[in-house]
Amino acid sequence: MHAVSFRNIAKDFPIGDDRIRVLHGCSADIELGQLTMLVGPSGCGKTTLISILSGILTASEGEVAVLGQSLTRMKDRQKVLLRRERIGFIFQQYNLLPALTAAENAAMPLMAAGMKLPEAAEKARAILDGIGMQGQGDKLPRQLSGGQQQRVAIARALVHNPGLIVCDEPTAALDAATGKAVMGILRDIANDPGRAVLVVTHDNRIYNFADRILEMSDGRLTGDFAPDAFHKE
Amino acid sequence: MHDVALKMLLGDRAKYIGLIFGVTFATLLMAQQVSIFTGIMSRTANAITSVREAEVWVMDPRVRYVDEVEPMRPVELSNVRSVAGVEWAVPYYKGLATVRLADGMTQQVQLIGVDDVSLVGLCHDMIAGQRETIRDPQSAVIDRNGFLFVWPKGDFATAKPLELNDNRLNVRGVCNTQPTFLTFPILYVTYDAAMEMTPPQRNKLPFILVKGRAGQSAEDLAKRISDQTGLQALTTSQFQWRSINYYLERTGIPINFGITIMLGAIIGAAITAQTFYIFVVENLKQFAAMKAVGVTNGQLLRIVLTQAGLVGVIGYGLGIGFTALFFFVTKEAPALQGFRLYGEIMAGTAVAIAVIILASILFSLGKVFRLDPAVVFRG
Repeated sequence: MHAVSFRNIAKDFPIGDDRIRVLHGCSADIELGQLTMLVGPSGCGKTTLISILSGILTASEGEVAVLGQSLTRMKDRQKVLLRRERIGFIFQQYNLLPALTAAENAAMPLMAAGMKLPEAAEKARAILDGIGMQGQGDKLPRQLSGGQQQRVAIARALVHNPGLIVCDEPTAALDAATGKAVMGILRDIANDPGRAVLVVTHDNRIYNFADRILEMSDGRLTGDFAPDAFHKE
Repeated sequence: MHDVALKMLLGDRAKYIGLIFGVTFATLLMAQQVSIFTGIMSRTANAITSVREAEVWVMDPRVRYVDEVEPMRPVELSNVRSVAGVEWAVPYYKGLATVRLADGMTQQVQLIGVDDVSLVGLCHDMIAGQRETIRDPQSAVIDRNGFLFVWPKGDFATAKPLELNDNRLNVRGVCNTQPTFLTFPILYVTYDAAMEMTPPQRNKLPFILVKGRAGQSAEDLAKRISDQTGLQALTTSQFQWRSINYYLERTGIPINFGITIMLGAIIGAAITAQTFYIFVVENLKQFAAMKAVGVTNGQLLRIVLTQAGLVGVIGYGLGIGFTALFFFVTKEAPALQGFRLYGEIMAGTAVAIAVIILASILFSLGKVFRLDPAVVFRG
C-alpha cells in the first residue's frame, strides 16, 4: 500500500467570473517508510497539492487515495475524521494555541477525538519527552523558542500515531542548526515502515534528509529524484 | 474541548474582561432602567394598591386614572351599598389641598379622607402615633416621606401643627406607605374632616371603596355595581392597570425609558458583539489549525458557545448584582423608594442578554464555519 497515491490531479480556483487552473495533471505515489520532499519555487502549487493530498482541499479533477482510502468521493465529515485519525500536520508558523501549554497543544488531535484533557496531555507529554522536550510540557508557547515550538508541533502531529505526516515548510522559521535538529526528528519518524513523511520546502539545506524529492514547477510535477541526483540536476 | 474553550478565553485577559464588561454594562442598563420604569409606573397606581381592604373602586364613569377626580353625588354611596353582594361600601376622599405650616410657609399636599368608622384607606404601617388618632377631627396622619419633606429635621413623635383652609390640624402620626406618582406629602384625615375642611361644592365624593361578600368574584361584583348604578366600578387590579395605561399613553415616560433601555441594549450589544467578533477573528488562524488537525465544526461551535456562555453568565451575574446593589444602596432615597428588581425583570433581561450574545456569535460563527483550514498552509 502507498501512503498516498494520486493521479491526474488538477485544481481550479475561481477568480471573479473566470477560473484559474493552478495544478495540472499531477500524479505520483508517496511511499511508507520514506521522507518525501515536495520542492519548487513559491507559487508553483506545492501548498495546494499537499492541501489536496491531506483532504483539506478537494481536487477539481483526478483521484487521490490516502493510506488506502480514496478521498475522491469522500464527504467533508469523513475527511475531517481521516485527518483527525490518520494524518499529522506540521505548519510553518507552528499554529499553537497561545493559551494552552505545550502538552495541551500537542494533545489537540486526541481531544478532538474525544479524549479528556488530562489523559490526552499525559500521552502528549510522553511524545514530547521522546523528541527532546523533557520538562517543557507545562510551558506556554510564548515561553518556548521557535525550535521548541516546532517540536511541540511535531508532537501534535505524532500524538495520535498517524500513518501520514504532512509538513509545510517546517524549517522556514528556524535557524539552520535548529532546522537540522527538527529535520533529524522527522527523519527518524520516517524510518518507521508504517509511516510516511511528506515535507513541502524550498530550503535546500535540508534536501539531504529526504529519501526522495518531487519537484514542482508551474502547477506540474516536473521531476522525481533521489537527493543526490537532485543536487547534480 | 470545554477545557480548551475556557483556556482560550481566559488566556486573553484583556478581551475576556472587555467581553464581561460589555455584557455587564448591557445587563445593568437594561435591568436598572426597566426596574426604575416599572417602579415609576407602579407609583401611578400606588394610591390604589395601598388601599388593601377594598376589592372594588366605584367612581364617576368619566374617571380615567386615580389622580383624576370627578365628584359623585353623596347618594351614590347608598346606591352602591344597596347592590346585592356588597359587604360594605365606604366613602374615600382624594384631592389636592394647600396647608399652611407653623412658619407661615405653604405646602401642597394630597389630602386623603378615610371612612371615620372603619378607617378603610388609611395606611397600616405606623412608625409614630396611632391610626385611631385621626378620629379626632383636628388630627392627621402623614406619610414618612412627606413628613421628612416638610420637616426634614423633625421628630416623628412630636405633633406638628398645620392649617388647612383656616382649620387647625395636628399631625399626630407618621406612617410608611408606597410613594405615589405625584410626590406631594400624603395627609390622612377622616372623610368627615375632609368634607369640613375642603372648599364647599355641590358634590365632593370622588371614590367609593367596596368589599364584596365572601364567595363572589370582585369582577362580578364590579359589573353588577356598574349595571345597577351607572357608575364606573373597577376591581383594584382593573383600576390599577387603567391608571398605569393612562400614564403610558399620555406621557413621554415609556418612550423615554424605552429609548434608554434600547440604547443600553444596543450599546451593550455593540460592545459585546464587536469584542466577541474581534476575539474570534483574531483566533481564526487557531481555529483553522484546529480544523486542519481534525476538530469538527460542531466541536468549534461548542467551543464558541462555551466561551459565550461563560461570558454571558458572568457578565449577566455581575450586571444583575450591580443592579441589586444599586437598589439596595438607594432603598432609603425617597426618589427611588419602593423600586425593586423583580424576578420577571431579571428573567426578561436574561433573555435579552442571551439574544444579544447569540446574535454576537452568529456573525463570528459564520466566519469560523466558512473558514478554510488550508489558510494554515499560507504562512
